[in-house]
Amino acid sequence: MSQLIKQQALAVDTWKMLEIADGETPETVPLPEGDILFPLAVWQARKTEIISCHKRIGLILQPDEPVEDIAGDLDYFIVIAVNFPKFVDGRGYSTASLLRQRYQYQGELRAVGDVLHDQLFYLKRVGFDAWVLKDGKDAVNAIQTAFSTFGDVYQASTSQPEPFFRRRAA
Amino acid sequence: MYQYDAIDRQLINERVDQFRDQVRRWKAGELTDDEFRPLRLQNGLYIQRHAPMFRIAVPYGMLNAAQLRTLAHVARTYDRGYGHFTTRHNLQLNWPKIEDVPDILAELAKVEMHAIQTSGNCLRNITTDQFAGVAADEIIDPRPLAEILRQWTTFHPEFAFLPRKFKIAISGTQEDRAVTWFHDIGLQLKLVDGQVGFTVIVGGGLGRTPIRGQVVRDFLPWQDILSYCEAILRVYNRYGRRDNAYKARIKILVQALGVDAFRDQVEAEWAHGKDGPMTIPQAEYDRVAAHFTAPAYESLPTVDAGFSAKISEEKAFARWVDRNTHAHKVNGYAAVTLSLKPQGIAPGDITSDQMDAVANLADQYSFGELRISHEQNIILADVRQADLYDLWQQARAVGLATPNIGLLTAIICCPGGDFCDLANAKSIPIANAIQARFDNLDYLFDIGEIDLNISGCMNACGHHHVGHIGVLGVDKNNDEFYQVTLGGRQGNAAKLGKVIGPSFSAGEMPDVVEKIIQVYLDNRHEDERFLDTFDRIGIDPFKNRVYEGRAHGKAKAAAKEIA
Repeated sequence: MSQLIKQQALAVDTWKMLEIADGETPETVPLPEGDILFPLAVWQARKTEIISCHKRIGLILQPDEPVEDIAGDLDYFIVIAVNFPKFVDGRGYSTASLLRQRYQYQGELRAVGDVLHDQLFYLKRVGFDAWVLKDGKDAVNAIQTAFSTFGDVYQASTSQPEPFFRRRAA
Repeated sequence: MYQYDAIDRQLINERVDQFRDQVRRWKAGELTDDEFRPLRLQNGLYIQRHAPMFRIAVPYGMLNAAQLRTLAHVARTYDRGYGHFTTRHNLQLNWPKIEDVPDILAELAKVEMHAIQTSGNCLRNITTDQFAGVAADEIIDPRPLAEILRQWTTFHPEFAFLPRKFKIAISGTQEDRAVTWFHDIGLQLKLVDGQVGFTVIVGGGLGRTPIRGQVVRDFLPWQDILSYCEAILRVYNRYGRRDNAYKARIKILVQALGVDAFRDQVEAEWAHGKDGPMTIPQAEYDRVAAHFTAPAYESLPTVDAGFSAKISEEKAFARWVDRNTHAHKVNGYAAVTLSLKPQGIAPGDITSDQMDAVANLADQYSFGELRISHEQNIILADVRQADLYDLWQQARAVGLATPNIGLLTAIICCPGGDFCDLANAKSIPIANAIQARFDNLDYLFDIGEIDLNISGCMNACGHHHVGHIGVLGVDKNNDEFYQVTLGGRQGNAAKLGKVIGPSFSAGEMPDVVEKIIQVYLDNRHEDERFLDTFDRIGIDPFKNRVYEGRAHGKAKAAAKEIA
């Protein structure tokens, strides 16, 4: 059971990830109906087809997939999911920062994969607004405590574009 | 020195609460060991050979007396009454209990100290010159910008899970004393046409693959340092290798791309952040710099008559003054190094009682402040010349006045195989054996300035690559051996030492060092330091003497193995 956290609550997840099975390629994989998160390679190979048959389009990015490749496509996506194969792989934080700050992506930005309580605060700061918490982890406690670990921050980031030194009372 | 304001205090208190909850969830089985590991590392907590090891930050080396008293108290209450100063401005405790660490952090927070990001694959403690603010050759005091950088690194959301650890050093003097050529980012402050800025060096490091850093930008205005560092870190976070921990440091990325291509990527990234919100306003610089103003110096004569008299009366005092005091930019003052390198003690170790004594000395003689050097000693930066004799006597009474700074026995040394899980070999007993061999002060002074650095493994915490004599512990078929390098150095002309040949057993090491010293003494010209003679005559005379009479075939085979 997927534990999707949005707006400080558990939410129903309608999105499914398109898996490419053995013997299939991004060019040949059948495109299912419904809310689908398309891998980057499928999106790049089948963009016109996807746009023609899907009103709601999602994308899933792996850590090594550069956001620059889809910078011109962002208006098509309702959801972009960024995968964290291991929580210690921090590339997705830069992916999120770039999507939000440089390319002004406005849709849902979702962290998926090895997503844990103790990373939620930083994930929120770089611009994620949806999290699929790893199975078996306490989502209720995470919602109650993990997003408010620190009451303020020093750096500029997506959720707080002004560093503390520019907000300091004169 | 810097005093916390409301936000600084709030953040470290919240950090204590966060870690207390993480320990609780780990104990309750809600966090696996793998999930807990990076969390505890980013609070300075390793699981080590005998017990956890806990690393407390001393940001850019600055401490006040109250903080040192708290460190003494923590070491006494939660550990065995001593601590170890490292080569990167940290104090390590070797025997704390994991369950006590949240309480230790809470005690530290009361005096504005922490263990944030002292370990793990993240932005680490910022280090600098131990004489910052008082050095006679200072161009710009690096401490305000070091503090601004400290705040920027603290809980940076984008760079908490880097490919590998990331170390920044900053220097503001003519002669670099912060090893800036061997850090992930080395920052050298300078003044060009009246403008303050940095030379930015990237991709240096010691460790398994020692590499001298390369200049990525010759001049960066100080206001841009945070946005520029963000650009460097973003390129590294995205493109640094994550498949192999030994190839994950930024130095490998810089080597792989070449410095020019790396620079192009950084500059392209920086084009977006330049002049953005992370540009440091003058007001913020001024706010932080106001904490680092000069103390209330008295107007004193250049030479104190009583001090001069004591020097001619007491040779032991004169020796200590010669080695352990340093030029100060204010007349009548000196900076003093309290040596943590007496014979028979692990280099950098200090007891709680000594910490309390040093805190008292700081209060009495040096405006209540002190510094930690990367050579693992303590500095009282602002001592009146007239007080040096009294200070010396009190320091001597607590074993902190060994007159050996810059000499052979002031060895830089990591904890080694006695404590550290990573070590291939013990390092402390080697240091102690060499100190015992060279315990004659006349001889030691005659040998003169020489840096001997020892690391227990290739991670190089003891900076062996930049020792004039470097000693590296290696493992050969489960036996401990020691490889010797010569000619390494820190400073502006920083470079790596050269391996002299096959490695030696622990028992051979004092003889090996003695033979190396003998070659120097036999060959030196008047006024030549060890390094000068080495540069003039090269490595061969040393090699010949050290390996004289050793089995050539075996030595040759071993030399091949090393190559």
